[in-house]
Amino acid sequence: MYETSYHRASSVEDAVKLRGEHEEGRYLAGGMTLIATMKQRLAAPTDLIDLRHIPDLAGISIDGRNVRIGAGTPHAEVAKSDELRAVCPALCNLAGMIGDPHVRHMGTIGGSIANNDPAADYPAAMLALGATIITDRRWIAADEFFVGLFETALEEGEMVTAVTFEAPEKAGYAKFANPASRYALTGVFVAKSADGVRVGVTGAGANGVFRHKGMEEALGVNWAPDSVAGADVDPKDMLSDMHASAAYRANLVKVMAKRAVIAAG
Amino acid sequence: MGVEGIGARVTRKEDKRFLTGKGRYTDDMTVPGMKYACFVRSPYAHAKIIGIDASAARQMPGVIDVLDGKQLQADGIGNLICGWMIHSKDGSPMKMGAWRPLAVDTVRYVGDAVAIVVADSYLEARDAAEAVSVEYEEMPAVTEAIAAMADGAPQLHPEAPGNLIFDWELGDGVAADQAIASAVHVTEIEIHNNRLSPNPMEPRATLGIYDAAEDHYTCYTTSQNPHVARLVMSAFYNVAPENKLRVIAPDVGGGFGSKIYIYPEEIVCLWASKKTGVPVKWTSDRTEAFLTDAHGRDHVSKVKMAFDSDHRITGLKVDTIANLGAYMSLFSSAVPTYLYATLLSGQYAIPAIHANVRTVYTNTVPVDAYRGAGRPEATYLLERTIETAARELGVSPAELRRKNFIRSFPYQTPVIMNYDAGDYETSVAAAMEAADWAGFSARRADAESRGKKRGIGMSCYIEACGIAPSAAVGSLGAGVGLWESAEVRVNAVGTIEVLTGSHSHGQGHETTFAQLVAERLGVSIDSVNIVHGDTDKVQMGMGTYGSRSGAVGMSAVVKALDKVEAKAKKIAAHMMEADESDIVIENGELKVAGTDKTVPWFQVALAAYTAHNLPGGMEPGLKETAFYDPANFTFPAGCYIAEVEVDPETGKTDIVQFVAADDFGNIINPLIVEGQVHGGLAQGIGQALLEEVRYDPESGQLLTASYMDYAMPRADDLPSFKLSHQNTPCPSNPLGIKGCGEAGAIGSPPALINAITDAIGNNSLTMPATPMKVWQALQSVH
Repeated sequence: MYETSYHRASSVEDAVKLRGEHEEGRYLAGGMTLIATMKQRLAAPTDLIDLRHIPDLAGISIDGRNVRIGAGTPHAEVAKSDELRAVCPALCNLAGMIGDPHVRHMGTIGGSIANNDPAADYPAAMLALGATIITDRRWIAADEFFVGLFETALEEGEMVTAVTFEAPEKAGYAKFANPASRYALTGVFVAKSADGVRVGVTGAGANGVFRHKGMEEALGVNWAPDSVAGADVDPKDMLSDMHASAAYRANLVKVMAKRAVIAAG
Repeated sequence: MGVEGIGARVTRKEDKRFLTGKGRYTDDMTVPGMKYACFVRSPYAHAKIIGIDASAARQMPGVIDVLDGKQLQADGIGNLICGWMIHSKDGSPMKMGAWRPLAVDTVRYVGDAVAIVVADSYLEARDAAEAVSVEYEEMPAVTEAIAAMADGAPQLHPEAPGNLIFDWELGDGVAADQAIASAVHVTEIEIHNNRLSPNPMEPRATLGIYDAAEDHYTCYTTSQNPHVARLVMSAFYNVAPENKLRVIAPDVGGGFGSKIYIYPEEIVCLWASKKTGVPVKWTSDRTEAFLTDAHGRDHVSKVKMAFDSDHRITGLKVDTIANLGAYMSLFSSAVPTYLYATLLSGQYAIPAIHANVRTVYTNTVPVDAYRGAGRPEATYLLERTIETAARELGVSPAELRRKNFIRSFPYQTPVIMNYDAGDYETSVAAAMEAADWAGFSARRADAESRGKKRGIGMSCYIEACGIAPSAAVGSLGAGVGLWESAEVRVNAVGTIEVLTGSHSHGQGHETTFAQLVAERLGVSIDSVNIVHGDTDKVQMGMGTYGSRSGAVGMSAVVKALDKVEAKAKKIAAHMMEADESDIVIENGELKVAGTDKTVPWFQVALAAYTAHNLPGGMEPGLKETAFYDPANFTFPAGCYIAEVEVDPETGKTDIVQFVAADDFGNIINPLIVEGQVHGGLAQGIGQALLEEVRYDPESGQLLTASYMDYAMPRADDLPSFKLSHQNTPCPSNPLGIKGCGEAGAIGSPPALINAITDAIGNNSLTMPATPMKVWQALQSVH
């Protein structure tokens, strides 16, 4: 790790101000990606603005079926939230599948979606739930937020403060883990609500997390595990690396979608 | 067996400090004035060094000096050596290319050390290392052995044309060819043994301390054999004469072979300590470990196995190409030869065997012994072949093995080894019963109803360990003898120190060696301390690898204990005015047999040191030394059965049952033996299902340089193992023990691949059987 300066932000305003003062600074949430990257000297921010002590970023609030999760909420808290489980158990289950216990107690939902790792779990859920990403300056629909591999709609210095969504009627997540990293080799989140069915796919897409419209239509017509069997998943749209070929990922997208529907019930 | 003696399930004495974080490892060692090293390493797999400019780095904060290979060479530090001479079948010696501790004109793998930076802190050293400007002229690289042998392949060493190190053979080629020509059935198969990274929990580290006043060096290092390290560094690398070099291997967190070898870093840190006048410590990070720790395996073989009409094996012919990496590591030449081809008879009576082995340089980190070392490669080859033969012949794989078992001992194989004892039938029967082999078809049908493909696979392994008779290994090219030493020091109050040349880096010697003393003298294991890992304390030793500490190291302790007991009996007889031959040692007392006369152990010890009343002519003291040179290898053997369920939709394999029936001879501590088997099985399962080192074949970059990409087995990848032991004592050592450290890693991979290929109905599957590869194999079946 190169030398860096640490700042502890006390509020969202304070964090944004600090960030504005340091052109090469970075926000630090759980640090599960950023710190590891810095240790490998692949990232060298001059300043770290620590968001972990900002009270406004913490916690889950539920109002009827409206869910709001503060950006600083760690995965373990999402996984064990009884209130959230009552309205959207699939998201609790997803959070419980991220990394290992250490990661789940440090890593945060805001950090995960702001990083938009193409194999991270949360982005698939955000897309499928039709979530809205709240930042220090605006509200962004998930469909607009996730732009590409490690790319989001966030502007320079913009900070995720929360995510919000309407709990669906049914939702499920199925993940096939990379045997080495345990990131999603493919993860599919399905959600059914009055507006229709949405399917978010992570780990597999050549351009990062994406929605699969064909499966959404098929499941919209018939919400059943076998409905996805006929969907067209083109290997040309898939990532291919030493862990999984595009053809294998295309297969996993269908299999995980089926299992996500089974999990959703 | 006493409560703490041989055979007792004693929990490990050393675990208190390990489990509470109180172990003292090399990186924990701190001495006054100590500074930190970072190595400048090649980013290229193959390049000429045009120039090194360290002027900017030398000006950076905290930097003491930057030293390079030319300075090392000018100071007369020698090349790294390979300690086992192999001759090709044409009689020529192996073609060893020069391995400079710091590269001088050419780098040959990504991670090859080029310079060392010494600074006040590690981070300053690392910053400065990035500032060392090395001008390279990149050259084409080759990472795979077969590609390295092709015409026009990049050439690594002028000494080795065609990158060929040696072309060696063992056995009778004419007889094997005749057997194949006249066979009723010949099974042919190509076998790949995947390249592995050893991954001990503790990365390598070293602390070099030069004392100018005494002209003396101290080297703390993560070594499995500190005495060998001292011998090699003084005899071959000209670091210092042995009396001026102390090597200490304190607590070491796992080795699996990778810490046998002398690496450039130990040598360079000692030399740098003298050059800079400060103690120099280097600790590898995990990426450096992936880049620079010796890898294991990496064989490609073609196999022909011949059968007669009665399904008896009549011949075996093996053609193996082994990738040894960019340089010949310390024991690299022995692994694919005498630790491999000598085991190709397996548990079977095969009248004719021939193996040809070619070893090849590539632009990859050196390959050397890794848990099992040659024997996993032999076992995987043999057990995949015989399983394939059973499928081709339409017979039960268990029955085909049984028909060909060696059943009388001693048995001379056609490939050097003389098996001293064994009972393969008992192990296979125990394993099949534990696995409910007979009930498999019902379980397969049940799995089918759940949409899963279930398979069962067997592996009957044998290995040669406890290496080995010095004269024998010497005649085969070893540069060292493979005996072991022990010293038993009885203190005046009766407590005991056992000094051993074996080295514990997770094996539990502090407990098992103490159990041996407890068994012999009836004292508590808490009154026995095991001293190891320091060349100033232990006179000489050959270290721990090849499952040798029990069979060889403890046998040396037995010999020393024999001498201690003999002297103690003389003293006790004198004290009790009895005949020496009537004295027995029981429960911490020396007794006159058949009487109520006794004298406690501590009083005999005290008498030895007060020396007020010793038998006439006897020297005071109670301390004895012994060296033990084994008469033969020992031959652990067993039968492993894996049962798997494959998810056809994803290709993921679940190990639903794993049975291990092992014959380790007599067992000192079943708890520790079970732990060794569990660990070995985890590594074997890792090889079979998860682990593989991958280099980019074009650039030679290591693609699996972190746990993001290199899949180590985790607890949830492993089943609960069913273990049992069938013990035929080893006749050639006094305790009748074999070795248990490597068996799990040796025997398990073929059992798993046999099970998976059985499940999916496609025999073409290479390790690691990742979900993707299994899924792909299933697609080609459909």
